[in-house]
Amino acid sequence: MSRHLPYHPRIKWKVIALVVAAAVISRHQAGAQNVPPISGGTGFITSTNGGSTTYLPVIAPTLVVPLGNHLLVESRATILESYFPRGGGQPGYTHQRFLGLSFLQADLLASSHVSVVAGEFLTPFGTYNERLSPIWISNFEDAPLIYSLGTMSTASSVGGMVRGSAYSSDKVNLTYAGYFSAASTNEQFDSERSTGGQASAYFPMPRVEIGYSFGRLLQDTRENFSGAHLWWEPADTYLRLRSEYARGPHAQGYWIEADYRLARFHGEDSFVGRLEPVFRMQQTFRSAPDSEDGLPSANTQRADFAIDYRFAHEIRINTSYSRQFSSIGNRNIWETGIVYRFLVPTWRSR
Amino acid sequence: MNRARMLMAVAGLGAVLLPLSAQRTAPHDSPGRKVKPPATAEPLRGERVFKQNCGRCHNPPQSFPPQISGSILRHMRVRAALSASDEKALLRFMNP
Repeated sequence: MSRHLPYHPRIKWKVIALVVAAAVISRHQAGAQNVPPISGGTGFITSTNGGSTTYLPVIAPTLVVPLGNHLLVESRATILESYFPRGGGQPGYTHQRFLGLSFLQADLLASSHVSVVAGEFLTPFGTYNERLSPIWISNFEDAPLIYSLGTMSTASSVGGMVRGSAYSSDKVNLTYAGYFSAASTNEQFDSERSTGGQASAYFPMPRVEIGYSFGRLLQDTRENFSGAHLWWEPADTYLRLRSEYARGPHAQGYWIEADYRLARFHGEDSFVGRLEPVFRMQQTFRSAPDSEDGLPSANTQRADFAIDYRFAHEIRINTSYSRQFSSIGNRNIWETGIVYRFLVPTWRSR
Repeated sequence: MNRARMLMAVAGLGAVLLPLSAQRTAPHDSPGRKVKPPATAEPLRGERVFKQNCGRCHNPPQSFPPQISGSILRHMRVRAALSASDEKALLRFMNP
């Protein structure tokens, strides 16, 4: 369940007030197509890891508030209740509640190719954190093993970021992002002092994307992280191949994911066509002990098999089985989840 | 142990290669809204932008009210690093 990190114990009321105030201001400025939407996903997830089952009802709403023609305020919160065995030989379950912000950022559309982001934002490293982590997008209920490498453990940064499209045409689309983050121990805006960036190139003809990410931790110890990703969606098929590699000072690893929706059998809306088998292979390699980088303490291999089913009305069921091999113990991981994706305007337009 | 890993690797390889041998069909990357067939270059470009940026990470929503389309696209402009002209083309594609 590391995908939901960082958890924050309590959302400050002044943060909520700030977002509501932005929404009120936006109401006076909203154009015909600029009404702020609330989107996101809500679901119920179960995870049985090594014989221990956790139940997790969760909702992750995202509010997007345009202010004028060049400014945007957006925020995503995660609210969940985790029910898990007491442990220590005690019978029964206990539970823990988490309320937290994944990001709260102001975006200035400075020019056609440059956007300036300030506030708390998702750290741009690799592809999973920014693109695949929302519960209504990801094929698996848990994050890849290497998720914490390069995202500086907190997955969010507090500071500034510049990003945009460097060049876009029928043949290639080049994008970039560069950021600086201050250290913050605030319970809502937890981050490490770091800097980094990302560049990627997408080639529409072969439908291939390659990218490179770099991050440098600027805390007491200076550590470098680097990563690369390769995505490929062969033309005229329902197959998607995604892969990512990340390297830190004490560990490295990769994941490769293939998913194929069975829509060629009687179309996307048929019973079989809504099925989506997914396979993910992961490996991590440790070169030195490090209790803070988030990777397993020993070399680990893991294979994830999933069958996802897309119902009508934005409901999806994910089921997966994983087998993990490691010198510190092998384990089976079973996960299921039902997720509903929502997207509604905050008010009716005038 | 080795046998189990080998079986796992074969299953994984099969999962990757089987779809490649499947008959090629139209991909599921058209927006969920009822979009008219593009008649001009601009909607064609909007469709390309959608396929290149939005549709590679997630399926389109099955429907959404048009009054939020501008807000969604501004969010996507930052998240997917769209240029201003790509954003406009996409807006026309979603609101033909």
